[in-house]
Amino acid sequence: MVLPRLKLEKRPPPTLKMKVAAAIGSIALALLFSSILIVQAGVNPLVGYFHLFYGALGDKLSLTETFVRFCPLALTGVACAIAFLCKFWNIGAEGQLYAGGLAATFFGISFLGAPSYLIIPLMTISGFLGGAFWAFIPAALKTRWKVDEVVTTLLGNWIIYFITGAILYGPWQNPVTKWPESPAISEAAKLPILIPGTRFHLGIVLALIVVLIYLVIYWGTAWGYELKAIGANPEASYSMGIKVERNMVLAAILSGGIAGLAGAFEVNGLNFHMKLDLSHGYGYTGIVIAMLGGLHPVGVALAAFFMAIIVTGTQAMHRVTGVPFPLSEVIQGLSLICLLLGNFLTEYRVRRVVE
Amino acid sequence: MINEELAVKMVGITKRFPGVIANNNINFEVKRGEIHSLLGENGAGKTTLMNILYGLYAMDKGEIYIYGEKVDIGSPKDAIKLGIGMIHQHFTLVPPFTVTENIILGYEGNNLILKTDEAEKRIMELAEKYGFEVDPRKKVMYLSVGEQQRVEILKALYRGAKILILDEPTSVLTPPETKQLFNILRRMADEGKSVIFISHKLDEVMEISDRITVLRKGKVVSTVSKDETSKRELAKMMVGREVIFLLSRPEVEVGEIVLDVQGLFVLDDRGLTAVKNVYLNVRRGEILGIAGVAGNGQKELAEAIVGVRKALKGKIFVEGKNVTNRPPYELMSMGIGYITEDRVGKGLIIDLTVKENLISKVYSAMTRKLFFLDKDLAERYSKWLIKEFDIVAPSPETPAKTLSGGNLQKLLLARELAIEPTLLVASQPTRGLDVGATEYIRERLLEQKKRGTAILLISEDLEEILGLSDRVAVMYEGEIMGVLPVKDANIEDIGLMMAGAKRLNR
Repeated sequence: MVLPRLKLEKRPPPTLKMKVAAAIGSIALALLFSSILIVQAGVNPLVGYFHLFYGALGDKLSLTETFVRFCPLALTGVACAIAFLCKFWNIGAEGQLYAGGLAATFFGISFLGAPSYLIIPLMTISGFLGGAFWAFIPAALKTRWKVDEVVTTLLGNWIIYFITGAILYGPWQNPVTKWPESPAISEAAKLPILIPGTRFHLGIVLALIVVLIYLVIYWGTAWGYELKAIGANPEASYSMGIKVERNMVLAAILSGGIAGLAGAFEVNGLNFHMKLDLSHGYGYTGIVIAMLGGLHPVGVALAAFFMAIIVTGTQAMHRVTGVPFPLSEVIQGLSLICLLLGNFLTEYRVRRVVE
Repeated sequence: MINEELAVKMVGITKRFPGVIANNNINFEVKRGEIHSLLGENGAGKTTLMNILYGLYAMDKGEIYIYGEKVDIGSPKDAIKLGIGMIHQHFTLVPPFTVTENIILGYEGNNLILKTDEAEKRIMELAEKYGFEVDPRKKVMYLSVGEQQRVEILKALYRGAKILILDEPTSVLTPPETKQLFNILRRMADEGKSVIFISHKLDEVMEISDRITVLRKGKVVSTVSKDETSKRELAKMMVGREVIFLLSRPEVEVGEIVLDVQGLFVLDDRGLTAVKNVYLNVRRGEILGIAGVAGNGQKELAEAIVGVRKALKGKIFVEGKNVTNRPPYELMSMGIGYITEDRVGKGLIIDLTVKENLISKVYSAMTRKLFFLDKDLAERYSKWLIKEFDIVAPSPETPAKTLSGGNLQKLLLARELAIEPTLLVASQPTRGLDVGATEYIRERLLEQKKRGTAILLISEDLEEILGLSDRVAVMYEGEIMGVLPVKDANIEDIGLMMAGAKRLNR
């Protein structure tokens, strides 16, 4: 058999339309591939996907649950996007989330008598600072000594995870249940529920505000322009007068801070104590979301919402049809792989070589 | 021991690259036992010709004979089989491997077990024969550049090279290392091997060669015997132009000193001293041209002045202020413009739009209320520059990467000139551009001079230097060989200085 010879040809730069098409196409392709697994589980994929989407969007309660997932996902998505914009490859949103969660919990369980209007802002700010600190270390290492941030941020995830474990099995171990989880935060520290009878908490609105802030940075500010320029060509940016290192550290701090907010809101909006499985891989999903959204604020918000649907929906599908819910992660992973392929195809066209 | 037998005979070699003829009907012969230099400026076609001989490029037309036999060299493998070895400027060694391992790597690939001992013995024999000093057991990562080069030569000899091509071999060497290399080459020639020595340095060429072939713009100017020529004649052949072409230059009153460089030393990326004790000044309304073959420290000099490369020693003053080793964001605010020679890699941000590129030096001034960019102003600013500088782009929102080379250069020029710089450092501003764009950019530079900008013009194109500059400085091996007013400039002298064979007293 003679294999046809293929050649890659560079296309003109992809337009916005092509980029959107690539994102949607890759999601469709990921769902298509995943349906093989649904069939494997003995379920008609159409039925499976119906339950997935119905379970995520079908009624008020499921819709609010999807928004509950949207909160940490939008935050980690924006966190990754800001860092990726200037090509600071922050793979550590997961760890920054835990750092934020730890910092927020510290205040939540320490000042039990504090009123809401004090303790909630305090937990929010400390959550931000915790995540920011955890991102600052790799950023400083990168700008000072050119230490690869992919490695440091990724390994940082495990360091903070095990620190969390040490604290939760040690000083913070729940005295009542003896579980590796912190004592509960005070009633006053809990974020207000905005839709009674659901878990739709204030953090979701704050997450949307963060998306909005990112939109403003991305769209209208000189700083957003600087980050884009640094991401596109750091050397040229430096030589024409942009403070590359300072901006990169700032972006990393903001990125980590936003991921830290996700951790804080998971504590005071949802779980009410710090626990070892605070994040269900939200930090890693944030990477997929940032890429699927093309680092664009609107794209990131939509991608985060889509991922929230998948996370909530696969659980509903599991309950109704018995398809195992780790399918959610399969879909996430496949979407990223398909997207990388899709992005490649928007830049290159594959041609058969006729000899 | 020169033998009349021809080792290499290349007939009518023609090689085209998009837009240029790198080799135009070249005839080139090397005798057995001879050291033959290929002399010429950058882009004269020396390396291309040798890459063809070594099988790296396919020629468009021509014939090659090795020891009288017509051959077809399709790849370096073929070339090696024919006894041709080539030492490139960039070495192809594996650093954690020993000298012996590097030499036999790939060559004895068909044996499963490497006979290192035997190989080592042969390497020692070869080294002794030609006067190398190498330790075959040492790892290449611990060797100096000169030693690494010797390993490359040994590798070629080990594979039975009888014809050895060296591409600018001395550019990475210290003077004693050069001496040592020359001794080796001489011994090889005495043994009946042929050496082809690519260079643009007149002194070295006169020292080592038996015969010299001068190339210019892809053509052979002449092949001469060393004994029948002089540096002066070679310089003239190399540079060529007898008539200096002058643009109509505006008469400008030259003002006070803007740029003052004092005793500057700068390292290159490899950590070698690329700029050595340079003194320069440029006045308001003046163009100082820096002539020289590329790679003699011009790039490092420019980069040190604009702050993207650290100065090792010495001082740089702009308008009387010491700016040595200040970061670009400080220099920029002093009105220093920079046209880098690497416009796509270091000058522009081609993934962004035309507009985003044009505002990249002024956006902070366009920032209103809080941190918001005045989009309307940015739009009008970029539209004005597109029109003013005649940039062919459908709209300000066009991605810069869709622009042609000439338009990219206009884009860069527009960005830098729009800030009305007090000092402009222009490095190879017209390299690779077509005639129209070249002319446009040169006129723009003269226009800017008229407006009182001090311009440091670095170019390989001697015509450009002589056509635009008020004074010319010649750079060779990181040193300024002399500075002279362009009206007193003699092309022959400049050629000699470019090749390091003449120095004016300061």
